[in-house]
Amino acid sequence: MPGKTTLSDSSTTMCTAGWTAEIRRGMQASVPLIIGFIPIAISYGVLAVQTGITLFHTVAMSILVFAGASQFMAVNMIGLGIGALEIVIATFVLNFRHFILNLSLMNRLKHVPLRWRAALSFGITDEIFAVGSMEGERSRGPLSFFFMVGLAVGGYGAWVIGSLAGGLLSMIIPPAVGSSMSIALYAMFIGLLIPAARDSWRVGLIAGISAGICSLLYTVGLSNGWSIVLATLLGGMTGIWLIEQKQKGVQQSQAPETGSNR
Amino acid sequence: MELLWIIICMGIVTFIPRLLPVYIMDRLNLPEWADRWLKAIPYAALGALIFPGILFIEEGLPWVGLAGGAVAVVLAWLRLSVLYVIFGSIAAVMTVQFFL
Repeated sequence: MPGKTTLSDSSTTMCTAGWTAEIRRGMQASVPLIIGFIPIAISYGVLAVQTGITLFHTVAMSILVFAGASQFMAVNMIGLGIGALEIVIATFVLNFRHFILNLSLMNRLKHVPLRWRAALSFGITDEIFAVGSMEGERSRGPLSFFFMVGLAVGGYGAWVIGSLAGGLLSMIIPPAVGSSMSIALYAMFIGLLIPAARDSWRVGLIAGISAGICSLLYTVGLSNGWSIVLATLLGGMTGIWLIEQKQKGVQQSQAPETGSNR
Repeated sequence: MELLWIIICMGIVTFIPRLLPVYIMDRLNLPEWADRWLKAIPYAALGALIFPGILFIEEGLPWVGLAGGAVAVVLAWLRLSVLYVIFGSIAAVMTVQFFL
Protein backbone atom coordinates (compact mmCIF):
# COMPACT_ATOMS: atom_id res chain seq x y z
CA MET A 1 0.00 0.00 0.00
CA PRO A 2 2.67 2.63 0.56
CA GLY A 3 3.85 4.42 -2.54
CA LYS A 4 1.79 5.37 -5.52
CA THR A 5 -1.26 3.60 -6.83
CA THR A 6 -1.91 4.13 -10.51
CA LEU A 7 -5.55 4.05 -11.45
CA SER A 8 -6.54 2.23 -14.60
CA ASP A 9 -9.53 4.43 -15.20
CA SER A 10 -7.89 7.78 -14.80
CA SER A 11 -4.60 9.39 -15.52
CA THR A 12 -4.14 10.63 -11.99
CA THR A 13 -2.19 8.83 -9.34
CA MET A 14 -3.20 8.75 -5.73
CA CYS A 15 -0.33 9.07 -3.36
CA THR A 16 -0.86 6.47 -0.66
CA ALA A 17 2.29 7.24 1.26
CA GLY A 18 1.53 8.31 4.78
CA TRP A 19 -1.81 6.52 4.80
CA THR A 20 -1.54 5.43 8.42
CA ALA A 21 -0.99 9.01 9.47
CA GLU A 22 -4.05 10.03 7.49
CA ILE A 23 -6.18 7.34 9.10
CA ARG A 24 -5.01 8.52 12.48
CA ARG A 25 -5.85 12.10 11.57
CA GLY A 26 -9.30 10.99 10.48
CA MET A 27 -9.86 9.15 13.73
CA GLN A 28 -8.77 12.21 15.67
CA ALA A 29 -11.23 14.27 13.69
CA SER A 30 -13.87 11.69 14.46
CA VAL A 31 -13.63 12.29 18.20
CA PRO A 32 -16.37 14.98 18.24
CA LEU A 33 -18.37 12.63 16.07
CA ILE A 34 -17.84 9.77 18.51
CA ILE A 35 -18.82 12.04 21.37
CA GLY A 36 -21.97 12.96 19.51
CA PHE A 37 -22.80 9.46 18.33
CA ILE A 38 -22.51 7.77 21.71
CA PRO A 39 -25.46 9.48 23.45
CA ILE A 40 -27.53 9.04 20.31
CA ALA A 41 -26.51 5.39 19.92
CA ILE A 42 -27.20 4.71 23.57
CA SER A 43 -30.62 6.31 23.36
CA TYR A 44 -31.30 4.22 20.25
CA GLY A 45 -30.23 1.07 22.10
CA VAL A 46 -32.35 1.96 25.10
CA LEU A 47 -35.37 2.73 22.96
CA ALA A 48 -35.01 -0.42 20.85
CA VAL A 49 -34.74 -2.83 23.75
CA GLN A 50 -37.46 -1.06 25.70
CA THR A 51 -39.66 -1.46 22.63
CA GLY A 52 -39.14 -5.20 22.87
CA ILE A 53 -36.45 -5.75 20.27
CA THR A 54 -33.76 -8.18 21.32
CA LEU A 55 -30.24 -6.97 21.94
CA PHE A 56 -29.06 -9.05 18.98
CA HIS A 57 -31.45 -7.35 16.55
CA THR A 58 -30.77 -3.93 18.04
CA VAL A 59 -27.05 -4.21 17.43
CA ALA A 60 -27.56 -5.98 14.09
CA MET A 61 -29.48 -2.96 12.84
CA SER A 62 -26.66 -0.65 13.81
CA ILE A 63 -24.13 -2.90 12.11
CA LEU A 64 -26.07 -3.42 8.88
CA VAL A 65 -27.87 -0.11 8.44
CA PHE A 66 -25.70 2.49 10.17
CA ALA A 67 -28.18 5.32 9.80
CA GLY A 68 -29.41 6.83 13.05
CA ALA A 69 -32.60 8.60 12.08
CA SER A 70 -33.98 5.63 10.15
CA GLN A 71 -33.12 3.24 12.96
CA PHE A 72 -35.12 5.34 15.40
CA MET A 73 -37.98 5.42 12.95
CA ALA A 74 -37.84 1.67 12.31
CA VAL A 75 -37.87 0.92 16.03
CA ASN A 76 -40.92 3.13 16.35
CA MET A 77 -42.66 1.30 13.52
CA ILE A 78 -41.78 -2.13 14.88
CA GLY A 79 -43.25 -1.08 18.20
CA LEU A 80 -46.45 -0.07 16.42
CA GLY A 81 -46.62 -3.45 14.67
CA ILE A 82 -46.27 -1.95 11.21
CA GLY A 83 -45.55 -4.39 8.40
CA ALA A 84 -42.16 -5.33 6.99
CA LEU A 85 -42.61 -3.83 3.53
CA GLU A 86 -43.60 -0.44 4.92
CA ILE A 87 -40.64 -0.38 7.25
CA VAL A 88 -38.21 -1.17 4.45
CA ILE A 89 -39.77 1.40 2.09
CA ALA A 90 -39.79 4.06 4.80
CA THR A 91 -36.13 3.31 5.51
CA PHE A 92 -35.30 3.71 1.83
CA VAL A 93 -37.10 7.05 1.60
CA LEU A 94 -35.61 8.47 4.75
CA ASN A 95 -32.08 7.40 3.86
CA PHE A 96 -32.30 8.36 0.20
CA ARG A 97 -30.71 11.72 0.99
CA HIS A 98 -27.42 9.81 1.34
CA PHE A 99 -27.54 9.32 -2.41
CA ILE A 100 -27.38 13.09 -2.85
CA LEU A 101 -24.77 13.51 -0.16
CA ASN A 102 -22.57 10.89 -1.76
CA LEU A 103 -22.89 12.52 -5.20
CA SER A 104 -21.35 15.52 -3.53
CA LEU A 105 -18.71 13.57 -1.63
CA MET A 106 -17.70 11.14 -4.37
CA ASN A 107 -17.24 14.12 -6.64
CA ARG A 108 -14.29 14.98 -4.44
CA LEU A 109 -12.82 11.49 -4.42
CA LYS A 110 -12.34 10.79 -8.10
CA HIS A 111 -8.65 10.29 -7.54
CA VAL A 112 -9.35 7.21 -5.43
CA PRO A 113 -9.57 3.67 -6.87
CA LEU A 114 -13.18 2.74 -7.58
CA ARG A 115 -13.41 -0.23 -5.24
CA TRP A 116 -12.05 1.76 -2.35
CA ARG A 117 -14.68 4.43 -2.90
CA ALA A 118 -17.34 1.76 -3.08
CA ALA A 119 -16.24 0.32 0.25
CA LEU A 120 -16.11 3.76 1.86
CA SER A 121 -19.60 4.61 0.65
CA PHE A 122 -21.09 2.19 3.18
CA GLY A 123 -19.81 4.28 6.06
CA ILE A 124 -21.10 7.68 5.02
CA THR A 125 -23.74 9.08 7.33
CA ASP A 126 -24.89 12.70 7.57
CA GLU A 127 -22.39 13.68 10.20
CA ILE A 128 -19.44 11.85 8.66
CA PHE A 129 -20.35 13.41 5.34
CA ALA A 130 -20.55 16.89 6.87
CA VAL A 131 -17.19 16.65 8.63
CA GLY A 132 -15.62 15.14 5.53
CA SER A 133 -17.03 17.85 3.27
CA MET A 134 -15.76 20.64 5.46
CA GLU A 135 -12.36 18.99 5.59
CA GLY A 136 -12.51 18.91 1.81
CA GLU A 137 -13.17 22.64 1.76
CA ARG A 138 -10.31 23.27 4.16
CA SER A 139 -7.59 21.10 2.72
CA ARG A 140 -5.15 22.38 0.17
CA GLY A 141 -5.19 19.31 -2.04
CA PRO A 142 -7.90 16.82 -2.90
CA LEU A 143 -9.90 15.23 -0.09
CA SER A 144 -7.87 12.61 1.70
CA PHE A 145 -9.38 9.15 1.33
CA PHE A 146 -7.64 7.71 4.36
CA PHE A 147 -8.81 10.63 6.44
CA MET A 148 -12.34 9.65 5.45
CA VAL A 149 -11.60 6.03 6.36
CA GLY A 150 -10.43 7.06 9.84
CA LEU A 151 -13.50 9.23 10.22
CA ALA A 152 -15.90 6.52 9.12
CA VAL A 153 -14.29 3.79 11.20
CA GLY A 154 -14.36 6.01 14.29
CA GLY A 155 -18.00 6.86 13.73
CA TYR A 156 -19.05 3.30 12.91
CA GLY A 157 -17.28 1.89 15.95
CA ALA A 158 -18.87 4.45 18.24
CA TRP A 159 -22.29 3.81 16.76
CA VAL A 160 -22.20 0.03 17.13
CA ILE A 161 -20.61 0.07 20.57
CA GLY A 162 -22.98 2.81 21.75
CA SER A 163 -25.98 0.81 20.51
CA LEU A 164 -24.75 -2.23 22.43
CA ALA A 165 -24.19 -0.13 25.54
CA GLY A 166 -27.63 1.42 25.25
CA GLY A 167 -29.25 -1.96 24.86
CA LEU A 168 -27.48 -3.19 27.97
CA LEU A 169 -28.24 -0.03 29.92
CA SER A 170 -31.88 -0.01 28.93
CA MET A 171 -32.90 -1.57 32.18
CA ILE A 172 -31.30 1.21 34.19
CA ILE A 173 -32.16 4.30 32.15
CA PRO A 174 -35.70 5.55 32.70
CA PRO A 175 -37.68 6.30 29.52
CA ALA A 176 -37.96 9.99 30.47
CA VAL A 177 -34.22 10.52 30.26
CA GLY A 178 -34.12 8.58 27.02
CA SER A 179 -36.56 10.96 25.38
CA SER A 180 -34.55 14.05 26.26
CA MET A 181 -31.51 12.46 24.66
CA SER A 182 -33.20 12.55 21.28
CA ILE A 183 -32.13 16.19 20.90
CA ALA A 184 -28.54 14.97 20.71
CA LEU A 185 -28.81 14.18 16.99
CA TYR A 186 -29.96 17.73 16.21
CA ALA A 187 -27.40 19.27 18.52
CA MET A 188 -24.72 17.47 16.56
CA PHE A 189 -26.04 18.81 13.25
CA ILE A 190 -26.13 22.30 14.74
CA GLY A 191 -22.63 21.84 16.11
CA LEU A 192 -21.47 21.06 12.58
CA LEU A 193 -23.36 23.84 10.83
CA ILE A 194 -22.93 26.87 13.08
CA PRO A 195 -19.13 27.14 12.99
CA ALA A 196 -19.23 27.01 9.19
CA ALA A 197 -22.10 29.50 9.08
CA ARG A 198 -20.24 31.78 11.42
CA ASP A 199 -17.32 31.89 9.04
CA SER A 200 -19.44 32.44 5.96
CA TRP A 201 -22.85 34.06 5.71
CA ARG A 202 -23.39 32.21 2.44
CA VAL A 203 -23.36 28.88 4.30
CA GLY A 204 -25.96 30.15 6.74
CA LEU A 205 -28.10 31.42 3.92
CA ILE A 206 -27.98 28.14 2.00
CA ALA A 207 -28.89 26.22 5.15
CA GLY A 208 -31.63 28.67 6.03
CA ILE A 209 -33.20 28.54 2.58
CA SER A 210 -33.04 24.77 2.64
CA ALA A 211 -34.66 24.65 6.08
CA GLY A 212 -37.40 26.93 4.84
CA ILE A 213 -38.06 24.77 1.80
CA CYS A 214 -38.11 21.65 3.96
CA SER A 215 -40.64 23.19 6.34
CA LEU A 216 -42.80 24.25 3.42
CA LEU A 217 -42.76 20.80 1.83
CA TYR A 218 -43.51 19.12 5.14
CA THR A 219 -46.43 21.45 5.81
CA VAL A 220 -47.83 20.71 2.39
CA GLY A 221 -47.88 17.05 3.32
CA LEU A 222 -44.72 15.57 1.87
CA SER A 223 -43.16 12.85 4.00
CA ASN A 224 -40.22 13.55 6.25
CA GLY A 225 -37.78 11.74 4.00
CA TRP A 226 -38.80 13.30 0.69
CA SER A 227 -38.97 16.78 2.20
CA ILE A 228 -35.38 16.48 3.30
CA VAL A 229 -34.26 15.12 -0.08
CA LEU A 230 -36.00 17.83 -2.12
CA ALA A 231 -35.02 20.63 0.24
CA THR A 232 -31.40 19.49 0.07
CA LEU A 233 -31.50 19.49 -3.73
CA LEU A 234 -33.35 22.78 -4.11
CA GLY A 235 -31.55 24.51 -1.28
CA GLY A 236 -28.27 23.29 -2.71
CA MET A 237 -29.15 24.94 -6.00
CA THR A 238 -28.87 28.35 -4.38
CA GLY A 239 -25.20 27.48 -4.09
CA ILE A 240 -24.95 27.90 -7.84
CA TRP A 241 -25.36 31.61 -7.31
CA LEU A 242 -24.08 32.01 -3.79
CA ILE A 243 -20.81 30.13 -3.94
CA GLU A 244 -17.97 32.11 -5.41
CA GLN A 245 -17.13 31.16 -8.96
CA LYS A 246 -13.68 29.70 -9.45
CA GLN A 247 -11.32 31.27 -11.91
CA LYS A 248 -9.90 28.98 -14.57
CA GLY A 249 -6.43 29.13 -13.04
CA VAL A 250 -7.58 27.80 -9.71
CA GLN A 251 -9.51 25.00 -11.44
CA GLN A 252 -6.42 23.61 -13.12
CA SER A 253 -4.21 23.74 -10.06
CA GLN A 254 -6.65 21.38 -8.40
CA ALA A 255 -5.62 18.48 -10.65
CA PRO A 256 -5.02 15.81 -8.04
CA GLU A 257 -1.41 14.80 -7.84
CA THR A 258 -0.76 14.85 -4.14
CA GLY A 259 -2.71 12.76 -1.71
CA SER A 260 -1.56 14.09 1.62
CA ASN A 261 -2.67 17.52 2.67
CA ARG A 262 -0.46 18.53 5.57
CA MET B 1 -36.31 -14.41 12.16
CA GLU B 2 -38.54 -12.10 10.17
CA LEU B 3 -37.08 -9.14 12.01
CA LEU B 4 -33.61 -10.11 10.87
CA TRP B 5 -34.80 -10.13 7.26
CA ILE B 6 -36.31 -6.70 7.73
CA ILE B 7 -33.00 -5.48 9.08
CA ILE B 8 -31.06 -7.02 6.20
CA CYS B 9 -33.39 -5.38 3.68
CA MET B 10 -33.07 -2.07 5.50
CA GLY B 11 -29.34 -2.45 5.20
CA ILE B 12 -29.54 -3.12 1.47
CA VAL B 13 -31.88 -0.21 0.70
CA THR B 14 -29.62 2.04 2.74
CA PHE B 15 -26.36 0.89 1.19
CA ILE B 16 -27.38 0.99 -2.47
CA PRO B 17 -28.16 4.74 -2.57
CA ARG B 18 -24.82 5.32 -0.87
CA LEU B 19 -23.03 3.11 -3.39
CA LEU B 20 -24.49 4.29 -6.69
CA PRO B 21 -22.91 7.77 -6.65
CA VAL B 22 -19.48 6.15 -6.66
CA TYR B 23 -20.18 4.79 -10.13
CA ILE B 24 -22.15 7.79 -11.31
CA MET B 25 -19.56 10.36 -10.33
CA ASP B 26 -16.71 8.24 -11.63
CA ARG B 27 -17.46 8.91 -15.27
CA LEU B 28 -19.27 12.17 -14.92
CA ASN B 29 -17.41 15.39 -15.40
CA LEU B 30 -19.60 18.13 -14.18
CA PRO B 31 -19.91 21.66 -15.46
CA GLU B 32 -18.79 24.37 -13.10
CA TRP B 33 -22.28 25.28 -11.95
CA ALA B 34 -23.12 21.67 -11.02
CA ASP B 35 -19.90 21.55 -9.06
CA ARG B 36 -21.04 24.55 -7.02
CA TRP B 37 -24.39 22.87 -6.52
CA LEU B 38 -22.75 19.78 -5.07
CA LYS B 39 -20.52 21.93 -2.88
CA ALA B 40 -23.61 23.54 -1.36
CA ILE B 41 -25.30 20.20 -0.67
CA PRO B 42 -23.69 19.64 2.76
CA TYR B 43 -24.98 22.92 4.09
CA ALA B 44 -28.38 22.53 2.51
CA ALA B 45 -28.62 19.01 3.96
CA LEU B 46 -27.77 20.20 7.44
CA GLY B 47 -30.36 22.97 7.21
CA ALA B 48 -33.06 20.56 6.05
CA LEU B 49 -32.14 17.97 8.66
CA ILE B 50 -32.20 20.39 11.58
CA PHE B 51 -35.38 22.23 10.77
CA PRO B 52 -38.32 21.53 11.01
CA GLY B 53 -37.34 18.13 12.50
CA ILE B 54 -36.14 19.65 15.73
CA LEU B 55 -39.63 20.92 16.46
CA PHE B 56 -40.93 17.34 16.73
CA ILE B 57 -38.68 16.16 19.54
CA GLU B 58 -41.67 16.31 21.79
CA GLU B 59 -45.05 15.61 20.21
CA GLY B 60 -47.12 18.78 20.03
CA LEU B 61 -44.59 20.83 21.97
CA PRO B 62 -42.24 22.55 19.53
CA TRP B 63 -40.81 24.74 22.30
CA VAL B 64 -38.95 21.81 23.77
CA GLY B 65 -36.98 21.25 20.57
CA LEU B 66 -36.60 24.99 20.02
CA ALA B 67 -35.15 25.45 23.49
CA GLY B 68 -32.66 22.66 22.93
CA GLY B 69 -31.83 24.04 19.50
CA ALA B 70 -31.39 27.58 20.74
CA VAL B 71 -28.98 26.45 23.44
CA ALA B 72 -27.10 24.38 20.88
CA VAL B 73 -26.83 27.36 18.54
CA VAL B 74 -25.49 29.62 21.29
CA LEU B 75 -22.95 27.06 22.49
CA ALA B 76 -21.83 26.30 18.94
CA TRP B 77 -21.58 30.01 18.15
CA LEU B 78 -19.29 30.42 21.14
CA ARG B 79 -17.08 27.81 19.49
CA LEU B 80 -17.44 25.36 22.35
CA SER B 81 -16.58 21.78 21.56
CA VAL B 82 -19.41 19.67 20.21
CA LEU B 83 -19.44 17.74 23.48
CA TYR B 84 -20.72 20.84 25.28
CA VAL B 85 -23.15 21.62 22.50
CA ILE B 86 -24.73 18.19 22.82
CA PHE B 87 -24.82 17.97 26.57
CA GLY B 88 -25.91 21.59 26.88
CA SER B 89 -28.88 20.97 24.65
CA ILE B 90 -29.79 17.73 26.45
CA ALA B 91 -29.70 19.68 29.73
CA ALA B 92 -31.88 22.41 28.22
CA VAL B 93 -34.43 19.88 27.03
CA MET B 94 -34.50 18.10 30.38
CA THR B 95 -35.00 21.46 32.10
CA VAL B 96 -37.87 22.46 29.85
CA GLN B 97 -39.47 19.04 30.24
CA PHE B 98 -39.15 19.33 33.99
CA PHE B 99 -41.11 22.55 34.04
CA LEU B 100 -43.86 21.34 31.76
